[in-house]
Amino acid sequence: MSRLARMFQECRAEGRSALVGYLPAGYPTVPGSQDLLTVMVSAGCDLVEVGVPYSDPVMDGPTIQAAAEHALRAGFRLRDLFTVVESVATAGGRAVVMTYWNPVYRYGVDAFARDLAAAGGLGVITPDLVPDEADDWLAAAERHALDRIFLVAPSSTDERIARTAGAASGFLYATSVMGVTGARDAVSHAAPELVRRARAHTDLPIGVGLGVRSREQAAEVAGFADAVIVGSAFVTAAATGEAAVRELAGELAEGVRIGADSASPVG
Amino acid sequence: MSSGDHVDQHGPDARGHFGPYGGRFMPEALMDALDELSAEYDKARVDPAFTGELDRLLRDYAGRPSLLTEAPRFAEHAGGARILLKREDLNHTGSHKINNVLGQALLTKRMGKKRVIAETGAGQHGVATATACALLGLECVVYMGEVDTKRQALNVARMRLLGAEVIPVKTGSRTLKDAINEALRDWVTNVDTTHYLLGTAAGPHPFPLLVRNLHRVIGVEARQQCLDLLGRLPDVVAACVGGGSNAIGIFHGFIDDPGVRLVGLEPGGAGLDSGRHGATLTAGSPGTLHGALSYLLQDEDGQTIEAHSISAGLDYPGVGPEHSWLKDTGRAEYRPVTDAEAMAAFSLLSRTEGIIPAIESSHALAGAQQLGRELGPDAVILVNLSGRGDKDVDTAAKWFGLVTEEEAE
Repeated sequence: MSRLARMFQECRAEGRSALVGYLPAGYPTVPGSQDLLTVMVSAGCDLVEVGVPYSDPVMDGPTIQAAAEHALRAGFRLRDLFTVVESVATAGGRAVVMTYWNPVYRYGVDAFARDLAAAGGLGVITPDLVPDEADDWLAAAERHALDRIFLVAPSSTDERIARTAGAASGFLYATSVMGVTGARDAVSHAAPELVRRARAHTDLPIGVGLGVRSREQAAEVAGFADAVIVGSAFVTAAATGEAAVRELAGELAEGVRIGADSASPVG
Repeated sequence: MSSGDHVDQHGPDARGHFGPYGGRFMPEALMDALDELSAEYDKARVDPAFTGELDRLLRDYAGRPSLLTEAPRFAEHAGGARILLKREDLNHTGSHKINNVLGQALLTKRMGKKRVIAETGAGQHGVATATACALLGLECVVYMGEVDTKRQALNVARMRLLGAEVIPVKTGSRTLKDAINEALRDWVTNVDTTHYLLGTAAGPHPFPLLVRNLHRVIGVEARQQCLDLLGRLPDVVAACVGGGSNAIGIFHGFIDDPGVRLVGLEPGGAGLDSGRHGATLTAGSPGTLHGALSYLLQDEDGQTIEAHSISAGLDYPGVGPEHSWLKDTGRAEYRPVTDAEAMAAFSLLSRTEGIIPAIESSHALAGAQQLGRELGPDAVILVNLSGRGDKDVDTAAKWFGLVTEEEAE
């Protein structure tokens, strides 16, 4: 059983969803991101997504774009990613990487998988790589025992959901709205419907991301998803400092535990 | 030859791969829209209602076929080779871009979508898109890098006159690459109602195939015009390459003629050694950008390197995937032309032939001068004059110091 599978099993035993927090490596600096991610882990994130700053982040809204630009200007290099992942693992946390595909392609797909596994990373989320183009990655992930986390969207056909879920491992990432990343005031109505459709095709845990920023929203998403994924809100908090990150993680960790006894997520 | 009846013996495969290049490196959220576009295009291209309407618009609205003009006085500065110009500058809106936008705007209507978004660099594609949307009653939003809105302010006004909304893009390098990023963000948010009318033969499948086939008319016409004029094919076809749409269109008329050399001219900017250029195929390496695997300008970590060119329309660090494949197979060759060489050719064509070319097309003219000197007076070189230079007069006035301070006041 993969370590991600074990994590979801533990959360399920507690009758709750997992909390997943995102932060770009190198934001605001490489050591700064190491500290912030460690805080996220100790304050209640069951899993952290370590983002790779990229020059052309077409799936990201203004908050994460600005953070990526900041990290690149501050001198982030791809090799720093492994340092950051390693520090999360050393601190007892679990980390997956979220990256646009070109940095991985350029590094060498197998070399990237090898070095990520060696750093203690558990898998990779690939927002612009669909299984149709992922033969090399699927082979490398298999070779280095990494989970491959693909995305499904409200626009995905049932056929594509089935195919994507079939290629994924660890969990399936459901983007709850059509659009780019960024905190939103309301959780999309499309999200529960997408999760329902996805569950018809897979037993994998399903994480829901895009837009969550409060305890109440976390609780709402936890009502139908196995993982609540929070990105832009953590990046915004990171701009304020460690205390804001700790506070947000604590609030969201409470959110995924609201109603833990009565309404445990299925699947 | 109509616009619709071409069989793709030259690829791509069913998933949009030209050899290893192309494909769909895009968010899952857009896959359904790309599938829908592929399916609609497959139906439309064999539907006489569609191809007939497109051919009618190309003829009665865009002004096709475009002329083939011999340029003997220019040729004196090109080793005495015969130089033939394919006059895409004479199309309605002033460039080859109209071929693609008319086809895609008709497809938009077939798909039942009412809103079109587009990116633009020099403004040629933005103007062409705004034109087609005005003609067909579609809502039009054009993303344009803030740097380019300043370089091409008249084209911004032109698009607005045509009823389009122009959104200056202030992220990244604030040029064409970032305009595409912003258009993609819009598309992923509004994909149900919106067609992304991509302006070059790049991006995810089916765009490289679709845009190439819509521009293939350039090469098909030019080939016949060469035969009619000379009774023979040209030795070389030269075209500028930014994303590569005009080049792939004219190349495809000759791709099965092994005796015809296909030469793409890339923006060499301040020179390859300066690092300030956009010579993707000459100096780049394979990677994924904007939905396809292709050559691109990138650093060791796969971060995109900003391109530099005096020509806003060539100022792009990527290139269409079929060009990458044509380079690797050797069927086409690619060379850089510097800003200075392109501007010299811009001036030369204006003075020798009374034709002011786009700075983009001037790269092809400079390449033709080099090729003419290499090949000598027996050679025939066909140049794709992809656009007219009215939009570039301000840039040229600055470059050549054509306006005195007194006159500028």
